[in-house]
Amino acid sequence: MGPMEGECCKPSEMLDQEALLGLYRTMLLIREFEDEVYRLFLQGVIAGTIHLARGQEAISAGIMAALRPDDYVTITYRGHGHCIARGVSLDKMFGELMGRGTGVCKGKGGSMHIKDFRKGVIGCFAIVGAGLPFGVGAGLSAKLRGSGQVSVVFFGDGAANIGEFHEALNIAAVYRVPVVFVCENNLYGEYTRINRTTPFEDIARRADAYAMPGVIVDGNNVLDVYDAAVEAVGRARSGGGPTLLECKTYRHYGHSRADPAKYRPEEEVRAWMERDPLKRLLSYLIGKGFLDERGAERILEEVRTAVKEASARALQAPWPDISEIEKDVYA
Amino acid sequence: MAVLTSIEEMTYREAIRIALAEEMRRDPRVVLLGEDIGAAGGVFKTTEGLIEEFGEQRVMDMPIAESGFVGAALGMAVTGMRPVVEIMFSDFLGVCFDQIANSIAKYRYLSAGEVSVPLVIRTIGGGGVSFGPQHSQTGESWLLPFPGLKIVAASNPADAYAMLKAAIRDENPVLFIEHKALYGMKGPVHRSEEVPSLGTASVIREGHDVTIVASLLMVRAALEAAEILAADGISMEVIDIRSLRPMDVETIVTSVKKTGRLITVEEQPILGGWGSHVISEVVGACFDDLDAPPQRIGLPDAPVPFSPVLERAAIPNSETIANSVRALLAR
Repeated sequence: MGPMEGECCKPSEMLDQEALLGLYRTMLLIREFEDEVYRLFLQGVIAGTIHLARGQEAISAGIMAALRPDDYVTITYRGHGHCIARGVSLDKMFGELMGRGTGVCKGKGGSMHIKDFRKGVIGCFAIVGAGLPFGVGAGLSAKLRGSGQVSVVFFGDGAANIGEFHEALNIAAVYRVPVVFVCENNLYGEYTRINRTTPFEDIARRADAYAMPGVIVDGNNVLDVYDAAVEAVGRARSGGGPTLLECKTYRHYGHSRADPAKYRPEEEVRAWMERDPLKRLLSYLIGKGFLDERGAERILEEVRTAVKEASARALQAPWPDISEIEKDVYA
Repeated sequence: MAVLTSIEEMTYREAIRIALAEEMRRDPRVVLLGEDIGAAGGVFKTTEGLIEEFGEQRVMDMPIAESGFVGAALGMAVTGMRPVVEIMFSDFLGVCFDQIANSIAKYRYLSAGEVSVPLVIRTIGGGGVSFGPQHSQTGESWLLPFPGLKIVAASNPADAYAMLKAAIRDENPVLFIEHKALYGMKGPVHRSEEVPSLGTASVIREGHDVTIVASLLMVRAALEAAEILAADGISMEVIDIRSLRPMDVETIVTSVKKTGRLITVEEQPILGGWGSHVISEVVGACFDDLDAPPQRIGLPDAPVPFSPVLERAAIPNSETIANSVRALLAR
């Protein structure tokens, strides 16, 4: 149950200017990072493939703002934004993307495996659905240890059709695991629209089958995401069990670097571009008097500089030594 | 501190159960997950009494959802627990293949060596009890190609006890294969808090005419064949390979240098089995010491049939092995 009309307050209403500007900065950092990654990819500096989170920044920023530093986060191959929102070093992220020895995985994982245990981003899975059981296990471990930690698992709408989604929700419900399942529904599972693969567009309906609350929020509104996250995380932490939290959103780019996303109707793209999460937060901040045009310019400049400098440093970083190939296989 | 040791006669089943109980007493981080392992005590009764001693928090019945709970075990293993999972039949490894091959085996590598994965997957394989084609495979080679995993197979009560304890204390994920036809086998078990390191083969019977390398139930068949042939004055050396990953090639090569002849015996089809790898290692290491071409014994190239008559004929036994040895010596 939400608060009564006119009653104080949604958690987001308690956020002060500094916290709100922090959210804006995080989202902007994700966007600038992703745009730089895209440039570097086109220049051939980043090999392989990339899956960009441009357009989905509010979800990473809003959820992470509701977590404790020791909470567990499990992400997917579209995970750059989550890492940034958790404070993973940009140098180490760029290093990994460029395959350098300074990367978070010493260049052994690449874009689809960026995580940082020290920042609580404990799992990053490039197999659709594989992270859900893992995140349940992390939550179960927290519960058995009585640590009060919560486990948050991010995944896309595409993952909601694989068996592990169902297995994970079921186990989490049976054992009342402190976990929040965050579905970033961007309407496309890889290259195919959700109506071609799923009988309805609201993934949260599936929560009912596993006796847990299913919540739908506007994933392009960071404050809505934050409010829903505070509630779900609070429920998990206080022993109330799991929540399926669906965030409606949209990718600004295609599925991966090879995908121009020509299969998306123009009107759909245009409508979602108007719902750009950064634009919306900016106009909110301006409306509140927390930020003006000049202030916004200044933040953009700072963020852009940080990204450019980190990217330049990574470019100078050493390649991994060939002897690394067979290291870190066994303890 | 004095190490308590004693030698007791017990079954393979008891050896497993006692090893689990001892490790759970020793380390509160050890927890069990599996189907029917709680009040039912396990389909093969290897967890009988454990829920009474350790409670539901540490002996967790899981839904029939192998990907779900194997994936959850990984999440637990990297967050401070030491889960031991039971996969009721090795055949079901196929159900959770992705979690083991893609997530569990690669986790440490993708953490750049920062995180270890103390996780044991016990699985029960093998035929001889008329369970038909989907409940009779050993699965011992299915996961061989995945660096990061250890794979061991116990052929007697002493090894079942010592190797399971060692697996639970190992910092790496270990696939621990048991054979359902061995549960009633009795033998002396050296109970000790000191555990061996995994990764060695064991010369079970010394001989000088031919080396037999076998696993699981086939070790027993080889020992029976050795008795039969001893009456004819043929001296067989029997090696229990025990650890398939890593594989102790050195012990096998040393033996073949002495005997000049090699036969591998495995309860699975020859194509894709470990026997071919053993032979290629031996041929590479001591080609000039060979007096005859090495031979492989395995299942016929067919699923394991149900009918007791067909199954008995399909699975290699002491006669099959003795005949192969005679044929090899006659060359």
